[in-house]
Amino acid sequence: MTVVSTTKDEAELTLTMVAEYDASPERLWQLWEDPRELERWWGPPTYPATFTRHDFFVGGESRYHMTGPTGDTARGWWRIDAIDRPCRLDFANGLAGEDGEPVPGMEPMSCHVTFEAAGGRTVMTAVTRFVDTAQMEKMLAMGMEEGMSLAIGQIAALLRSAAT
Amino acid sequence: MVVDELAEHEVDRVFRALADATRRDILRRTLRDGESVSSLAGHFAMSFAAVQKHVAVLERAALVTKERRGREQVVHAHAPTIRRVADVLDAYEQLWIERAHGIASILESEKGDRT
Repeated sequence: MTVVSTTKDEAELTLTMVAEYDASPERLWQLWEDPRELERWWGPPTYPATFTRHDFFVGGESRYHMTGPTGDTARGWWRIDAIDRPCRLDFANGLAGEDGEPVPGMEPMSCHVTFEAAGGRTVMTAVTRFVDTAQMEKMLAMGMEEGMSLAIGQIAALLRSAAT
Repeated sequence: MVVDELAEHEVDRVFRALADATRRDILRRTLRDGESVSSLAGHFAMSFAAVQKHVAVLERAALVTKERRGREQVVHAHAPTIRRVADVLDAYEQLWIERAHGIASILESEKGDRT
């Protein structure tokens, strides 16, 4: 199994995912750095992502959209806060509006990703931190508008049924 | 699923309630099972009255509810607010698991190319 563990902390509003791969940290880093590689996995299978901008340096921003089965789109953005190649990447990840730009007043999630080499393999840890419950409420409300949470919910249901 | 947004002042209350480490700890302790105020007070180096005040702040933010059980007041994390937090975490958990698998299949396909 690729996914080693996920931990949800409902009080601290964080989600931590730890995955281990049979690849070098450098190879994993490329999957984040190269927008053509990134879009192969950033969106769920039913919502593939297209990155129209990916300025991979501190302070640089990204713009992407994910296209659903009925042609509906969910848009998002990144702003890179820290880079230590190929060990650590910190970025803000927010929802974008119809124009593809950050939604005013909608705070982003912060993502902290680390890559640790371990005997020819690499442990990738991704921590997603939400600002507060108000932000999560807004995300849910917006997700409903975008049909996104529905899509994620369907995927979650599929995964659960596949697991049993 | 209907998402009813919290009114602005309620959001402020939730935010303020969660800004304190003791209150976050109380919330974490009452997520799965309720716990009495007196039992909660045993975890902290502060008076029963002080813990009661923290519980009251959480209660006003609709993050916990209190239930009288005999002589005790049992504190429970309030389901609807916590549920929405859990919904978002669940959704992103699934999304990240999918991403992790997506990365795995890209790396797997490369191995296939090499052999």
